[in-house]
Amino acid sequence: MLKSKFMKAVAATAFTFSTWASAQAVDLQFYFPVAVGGKAAETIQELTSDYMAQNPGVTIDAVYAGSYQDTVAKAITASRGGNPPQLSVILSVDMFTLIDEDLIVPFDDYLASDEDKAWLAGFYPAFMENSQTGGKTYGIPFQRSTPVLYWNKEAFAEAGLDPNVPPANWDEMVEFGKKLTKKDASGNVTQWGVRIPSSGFPYWLFQGLTTQNGVILANSEGNRTNFDDPKVVEALQYLVDLSQKHQVMAPGIIEWGATPKAFFEGQTAMMWTTTGNLTNVRDNAPFEFGVAMLPAKERRGAPTGGGNFYLFKGASDEQNQAAVDFVKWIAAPEQAAKWAMATGYVAPRADTWETDVMKAYAKDFPPALVARDQLEFAVAELSTYQNQRVTGIFNDALAAAITGQKTPEEALKEAQAQAEAVLVEYR
Amino acid sequence: MKATRFKRDWIHGWLLLLPAMVFLFAFTHIPAVTTLINSFYSTPRGQRPARFLGLDNYERMLADPVFWKVLWNNLWFALGTIPLSIALAIAMALWVNDKLAGRGFVRMAYFTPTVLPLIAVANIWLFFYTPGFGLFDQLTRGLFGWPASNYLGDPDTALNAIIVVTVWKEAGFFMIFYLAALQAIPVSLKEAAQIEGAGRWTIFWRITFPLLMPTTLFVSINAVINSFRLVDHIFILTDGGPDNASSLLLFYIYETAFRYWETGYAATLTVALLVLLSLLAIGQFFLFDRKVHYK
Amino acid sequence: MTRISDAFDRSLNTVAAWALGVLWVLPLAYAIWTAFHPAAYEARFDLFAPITFENFVKAWEAAPFARYFLNTFILVTLILACQFFLCTLAAYAFARFEFPGRNVLFALVLLQLLVMPDILIVENYKTMRFLDLVDTIPAIALPYIASGFGIFLLRQTFMTIPKELDEAARVEGASFLGVLWRVYIPLAKPTYLAYGLVSVSHHWNNFLWPLIVTNSVETRPVTVGLSVFSSIDSGIEWSVINAATLMTSGPLLIAFLLFQRQFVQSFMRAGIK
Repeated sequence: MLKSKFMKAVAATAFTFSTWASAQAVDLQFYFPVAVGGKAAETIQELTSDYMAQNPGVTIDAVYAGSYQDTVAKAITASRGGNPPQLSVILSVDMFTLIDEDLIVPFDDYLASDEDKAWLAGFYPAFMENSQTGGKTYGIPFQRSTPVLYWNKEAFAEAGLDPNVPPANWDEMVEFGKKLTKKDASGNVTQWGVRIPSSGFPYWLFQGLTTQNGVILANSEGNRTNFDDPKVVEALQYLVDLSQKHQVMAPGIIEWGATPKAFFEGQTAMMWTTTGNLTNVRDNAPFEFGVAMLPAKERRGAPTGGGNFYLFKGASDEQNQAAVDFVKWIAAPEQAAKWAMATGYVAPRADTWETDVMKAYAKDFPPALVARDQLEFAVAELSTYQNQRVTGIFNDALAAAITGQKTPEEALKEAQAQAEAVLVEYR
Repeated sequence: MKATRFKRDWIHGWLLLLPAMVFLFAFTHIPAVTTLINSFYSTPRGQRPARFLGLDNYERMLADPVFWKVLWNNLWFALGTIPLSIALAIAMALWVNDKLAGRGFVRMAYFTPTVLPLIAVANIWLFFYTPGFGLFDQLTRGLFGWPASNYLGDPDTALNAIIVVTVWKEAGFFMIFYLAALQAIPVSLKEAAQIEGAGRWTIFWRITFPLLMPTTLFVSINAVINSFRLVDHIFILTDGGPDNASSLLLFYIYETAFRYWETGYAATLTVALLVLLSLLAIGQFFLFDRKVHYK
Repeated sequence: MTRISDAFDRSLNTVAAWALGVLWVLPLAYAIWTAFHPAAYEARFDLFAPITFENFVKAWEAAPFARYFLNTFILVTLILACQFFLCTLAAYAFARFEFPGRNVLFALVLLQLLVMPDILIVENYKTMRFLDLVDTIPAIALPYIASGFGIFLLRQTFMTIPKELDEAARVEGASFLGVLWRVYIPLAKPTYLAYGLVSVSHHWNNFLWPLIVTNSVETRPVTVGLSVFSSIDSGIEWSVINAATLMTSGPLLIAFLLFQRQFVQSFMRAGIK
């Protein structure tokens, strides 16, 4: 009797000791991409070492994996080769791809307590739309952004517009744009009214227009698209009209990367681009500028963008738990504020914005708040199974319409048919 | 005795070849064969293994408008880059080989494409092509009062803009080969022709150009291959857009395999590229066979 | 009469050569311009623009270019060393040995001039995954080290070397490898130099395959590093990118400028013409 009690105690001690020992030896590998200039990579490394200093039982190997594209490629290959990372930041829109490749596990098992659920509810819902499907949470928002409108106050004043009032809706954007478009003596445009870049991934900014027009491009199961909805056609017609009919935007495909420079050079009086450009514009615009929410049509609207944390398959329970703890720590107000200020990403939780540092930052630089306030109207970024292919089809259709090779309706009808063919097997 | 000498020669020959052949087979011949095999299978995904599809991938390819588009783009790209870059390379080599004021600078200028990575230069060309404040627009506005032109953002000009960058790269590189060939042509030949009163053009067409023929063969093979291989700058300049107007076959293969993760279909596209290259090689062989005495 | 038209012809040629030269040097000139001036002058060509070195500092701090540079250096050296070794042996076999299968094997070597590793990216990637070499420098190098071009070139050179030299060395007791080492390799030096320069400049600038097979700082060569560095969401900063370009291409650029004459001469002697 006594003996068995003693044995139990020994066993219990051994058990606690072993869990303690394994807790001592949690190794995590964590891939992250960098998609903005400045010190993003350094900040992540710094935060990771801070975490390790506070949690001596955990070793995190933070690997700078390149662009988003590189990171997802690295994660997929490493997993197929039987050596997955435990944690990675990957585009939120790659969620369905990662599920399809059977590479990730939901966070729910490690966020089971009521406290955890309350924590999960603390993220802005617009960011969670891309992070959950089928009632499960696969992604935790981390480096997230949204597009906003930047305007050149000097150009506004020069055109006789109130420099402090950005266009509030589509009609105003055209109206302002007409006033802002300047031509030289020979009739060549020297300053365009507005610039909505359309190279590379035109769907993202275009999604601003569709959302404003009150239509969603894909369902939340990621297996059905809505590309040929009359409202999508209408939105594309508006985009095409900006250059064809109203002539307030340069014709053809507009380069994303050159857009901030065009704004600085006075080539355009307004531009649509990511909040990730805030710091860049603040540092380099040789004039006073304003930042506003995208203009409204039926409603205000914008997509979200950027990357989430994902948990990878193949890790032990301890590793997953440690990874989740790390994610919780890095999403906590103090760390998230540091990250948001270093990069220009939108802090994904309301509590971060309540910290003193963030308040001071916002007071010093009020445009930083625009993105946060727009989140109320923001929706999930277009994301489906075989996401790259489906958005690729959609991008091609947009480009064909913008360059006048097809009418918006034709282009979108074809894109919808192609997307259907890809997605039908996922229903 | 003789017989053993032969045997030893055999063994030596094989042994010397062995290391190179191992790598050649591992990374060229075997992958070429497995590409062919995989082109008949579906792409394995997650828990679904590859399935045998027969000719489905090929049917899909023939019905794929993007495939036909990039194929035509690629042929147009080859046609636009090969003759022009070879002609420019010859002209450059002749100039640099001649007594020319400021030859050092001009030669260095022609050398730059060989040294600067295409991927880095693409960013610079991107600026040159940028509408409004780009270099070309600044120049054409200042000189002729032209309006802004969106070279990369217009499907009618995007591919040509890519071709220009490629010609810049290729002509500079090929020039080196022609320069070497020119220096090997004895000056006496030219002098003899001059004494007989031949003009510069006559000398070029009758003496220099025929003597450069082996170089032209070598360079043109390289140019053909490069026209299916050089896609680096597309990543930066247009990403294949607008609506695949500037996409090439290899770029489409990359996109299919490493963005869409459809390796099965990518294998099919690769087979198409290999077939195309073989046809071109055979064609070239017959074209040049009679004109070149090449050992 | 002829003299005048000749002079006219000559000056026309000079003008054309210069025009082309200016056009060709334009990208480099622009890179130098932006790298040494503040970003505000990226699109303004003002003679009195202030000079700055800040772009280099920024580029240096923003990405691990020293590491990328080292990776490229290791990569290029590794490829060149392996190419020399493998191609020399193979070329020697093709040039001086009779053995069954020689013609078939040589045809297979020449096939690689056509079916380049650059095209077989999908399968070669699978191979690297199978060998567990993805994201290593050898993975970038392996597909290129048995170069059909190199074997062909060296074989052509070896075949021009008089057999008498070969036999003389054998009479002196050299083994077949000794002959290669003492006779063939020294006489083929210009070919090695020319081929080496082509190989170095090719692999220094190669992009697509390294892009696919690498994904970390420790393995990425300069070209991929530059593309990762320049393709960021917040717009292109030409001044910083061009500073990075100059930093990373600088050594090759200087080497070419210094050795361009020897380079061309070695080409001539190597019979690449």
